[in-house]
Amino acid sequence: MIFKRLRMHWLTLICLLIPFSNSWAAPKIESWNTENGAKVLFVPSPGLPMVDIRVVFNAGSARDGARPGTAVLTNGLLTESAGKWSADEVAERMESVGAVLSNGAQRDMAWVTVRSLTDKRVLDRALETLAAVLAEPRFVPDDLERLRQTLLSSLMQEAESLGDIAEKAFYATVYQGHPYGSNPNGSLESLKLLSEQDVKTFYRRYYVANNAIVAIVGDLSPAEARAVAQRAVSGLQAGDKAPALPEPAIPGKAVEKRIDYPSSQTHIYLGQPGVKRGDPDYFPLYVGNHILGGNGLVSILSEEVREKRGLSYSVSSHFMPMSQLGPFQMTAQTQNSQARVAVRVMRETLQRFMEEGPTEKELESAKRNISGGFPMTVASNAKIVQYLAMIGFYGLPLDYLDRLVPNVEAVTKDQVRDAFQRRLKPERFITITVGAGGDGKG
Amino acid sequence: MRRILPWCLLSLAWPLWAASPPHVQERMLDNGMKVIVKEDHRAPIGVTQVWYRVGASYEPRGITGVSHALEHMMFKGTEKHGPNQFSQIIADQGGQENAFTGDDYTAYFQTLASDRLEIAFELEADRMRNLLLKDEEFAKEIRVVREERRLRTEDKPKSLTYEQFNAAAYRISPYRNPVIGWMTDLENMRIEDLRDWYGRWYSPNNATLVVVGDVAPERIFQMANTYFGKLKPSELPRIKPESEPPQLGETRIRVKAPAQQPYLLMGYKTPVVVKEAKGDAEWEPYALEMLAAVLDGGGSARFARELIRRDKVAVAASASFSAFSRLPGLLMLDGVPAEGQSMADLEKALRQQIDRLKKEPVSEKEMERVRNQLVAAKVYERDSVFYQAMQIGMMETIGLDWRMAENHVERMKQITPEQVMKAAQKYLSDDNLTLAELDPQPIKEKGFAKPMIPGVRHDI
Repeated sequence: MIFKRLRMHWLTLICLLIPFSNSWAAPKIESWNTENGAKVLFVPSPGLPMVDIRVVFNAGSARDGARPGTAVLTNGLLTESAGKWSADEVAERMESVGAVLSNGAQRDMAWVTVRSLTDKRVLDRALETLAAVLAEPRFVPDDLERLRQTLLSSLMQEAESLGDIAEKAFYATVYQGHPYGSNPNGSLESLKLLSEQDVKTFYRRYYVANNAIVAIVGDLSPAEARAVAQRAVSGLQAGDKAPALPEPAIPGKAVEKRIDYPSSQTHIYLGQPGVKRGDPDYFPLYVGNHILGGNGLVSILSEEVREKRGLSYSVSSHFMPMSQLGPFQMTAQTQNSQARVAVRVMRETLQRFMEEGPTEKELESAKRNISGGFPMTVASNAKIVQYLAMIGFYGLPLDYLDRLVPNVEAVTKDQVRDAFQRRLKPERFITITVGAGGDGKG
Repeated sequence: MRRILPWCLLSLAWPLWAASPPHVQERMLDNGMKVIVKEDHRAPIGVTQVWYRVGASYEPRGITGVSHALEHMMFKGTEKHGPNQFSQIIADQGGQENAFTGDDYTAYFQTLASDRLEIAFELEADRMRNLLLKDEEFAKEIRVVREERRLRTEDKPKSLTYEQFNAAAYRISPYRNPVIGWMTDLENMRIEDLRDWYGRWYSPNNATLVVVGDVAPERIFQMANTYFGKLKPSELPRIKPESEPPQLGETRIRVKAPAQQPYLLMGYKTPVVVKEAKGDAEWEPYALEMLAAVLDGGGSARFARELIRRDKVAVAASASFSAFSRLPGLLMLDGVPAEGQSMADLEKALRQQIDRLKKEPVSEKEMERVRNQLVAAKVYERDSVFYQAMQIGMMETIGLDWRMAENHVERMKQITPEQVMKAAQKYLSDDNLTLAELDPQPIKEKGFAKPMIPGVRHDI
């Protein structure tokens, strides 16, 4: 058991740029489309005889419509019975050669990933199985009933986790009436109603080549990567891209929800819809948030809430860019009697930051951190393949990475302040607290 | 979905020779500090880890959690650097840094571009001997630690059950205490407790420096000597063995906490790998590791196949065992019953799984699957310099040798089905078992209550 001094948000601790350093060449992402229309992004990574394949579909829970849980259930069933194999056999085929198959779905994306050795026998087996999982899932009733129970069990688990309760309430309130508002794992009512037909309809609509991105990183030549992509997704129907999601509205007025729970701490969520991928304000908001609460212990929020006052172990702020405006969130947890104080300090800290913007020193320091850490963010195949999937999924330019450091370096104090002032409306924030009391009596 | 944007990637020209076997070198400084360097030139980065041979299992009663509390205070300043300056300096270099505490170790790490490691050496050497431990900093930080305990344990029914389980399973062994410490000890902890602890354990001869990455070993040894070599060693306390006596019968506890789901934990006392083991002790821990992987080494292992998919008795079930720790631990099973199944049903199913291991040898097919997974995992783990450093540091710090991690797969390949069966018969007996059941108490959620903060605008 390990206790870290701070929960590490590995991917947030980014990296980057030694100013002007060209000691690494820009990454050459190769991209092409398969015959049936799936977009492929590939970066060769010689050195280790392994490959990571990440197939992403625009088939997240934002596509659930009236039946929350459909996306997660459909995705979960892919890796059960598929092709001529039962669920046992699908798992057996992968694991008996040391390949690792995983899958998941969130609001925007749904994915299936494989990590395999590049040894021909192993990779052949892994690809053959992956192709069946993607193109020939069987949706066997017995599997479906079991996964339905698994999801119901996830709901119970969420209901005993303060963080999950708070996050669910936060999304439901911030995105009321928008597809982002519902719980990806569904609700008790919807899970009971979900049918084999719902799942099959969802699969046929969204698990199609034109709605897919294939990211590949590993010890392959470009020709080998082409063959890998082709084998993985050639069984998919061409189909159509999913339509754009509606734009969420910024809530018209502040809402506060306090959810009673018999706990020692209160979990706090504050925020509103924030930013989307490709947003023109993205870099000023990203760099600004890095300073405000994005960079772990080296941030203004951490200084004010944790270091100066000892109120919370983990306090942070995030912009989570999505297809449409993803949330801006500030979160913390503190013993019940301190909840009011913590909310006040968090709000005051944001207010001050919005009025004054970062100092020159803070801005320089953030840029140094982001740039100087860049090599770390791309130091493993595991990380690179995620970036490829992100770039492909959100349609970012292939030189997105080359331009990152210059984009970060170009951000000014005024841009940060201006972007925060235009985009954030603290007087209309959604405030969620989950815990016992909060009335000052603990 | 990740909470922050994935930053970029850049294509590094990875040299082909990175495929050759990893090269590890070690050197002992004159003051007794061991330095271990593993070259990995796939990316221009390096990870630095300083491991101290101290952790929760070294702590006497009354000050449980002191190792972890001290770990927090290690960021609060020395003569040279003020509170939190350490983190700020590393951040300015583009680095990532943090620390972790376990039963058997306390470790500090930085990941940096490989030409910037020197700053980490300088800072780590400084705080190894010159930590200030000021009262006013401690007063704030111990409150953060108590919040951490609330977050990780107090409000989490399964964590709470696990904590109570350990306290019941071990009579004597210090593994009975939580790493973060009991709340009463955190409430009564004093800065003097930390000063004593720091004085006792933080010395070069109680530390191992591990560096993995795009580095030249000779240069690392040179830098280590420059910064750490000048630190004086100290006499280390000898700790008592606190050996766990044999268990004389099944132990069972019930934990009542606000929760939605029941949860079952079972643990059998088991041996671990020790240096220069002879006879059965030489292979038993590896056989137990094989056994755990047969039960729960993926979606095709017995638990997923039989308990979850075939019999639908569990919605989740897992088995775990670590062959490597300073003191003997437990082979653990846990699970959540499926809808319509009782805790008794789940317990019976788990016990049947154990019985079967004692009665019939594991099939060659299952053993082969585990071996192939281990071989592949050994390749996959080289995708992370951090993980590689972690393995070396942990093995050294629990009193073994990093070579044992490198040879682990080979060692596992030698395990036979008969050995797995013998180990099951010897250690997985009812008299050697502890069980904990989480008994969910109603949450009584009252729904939305009145707003906590009057008005919507905060008053400055």
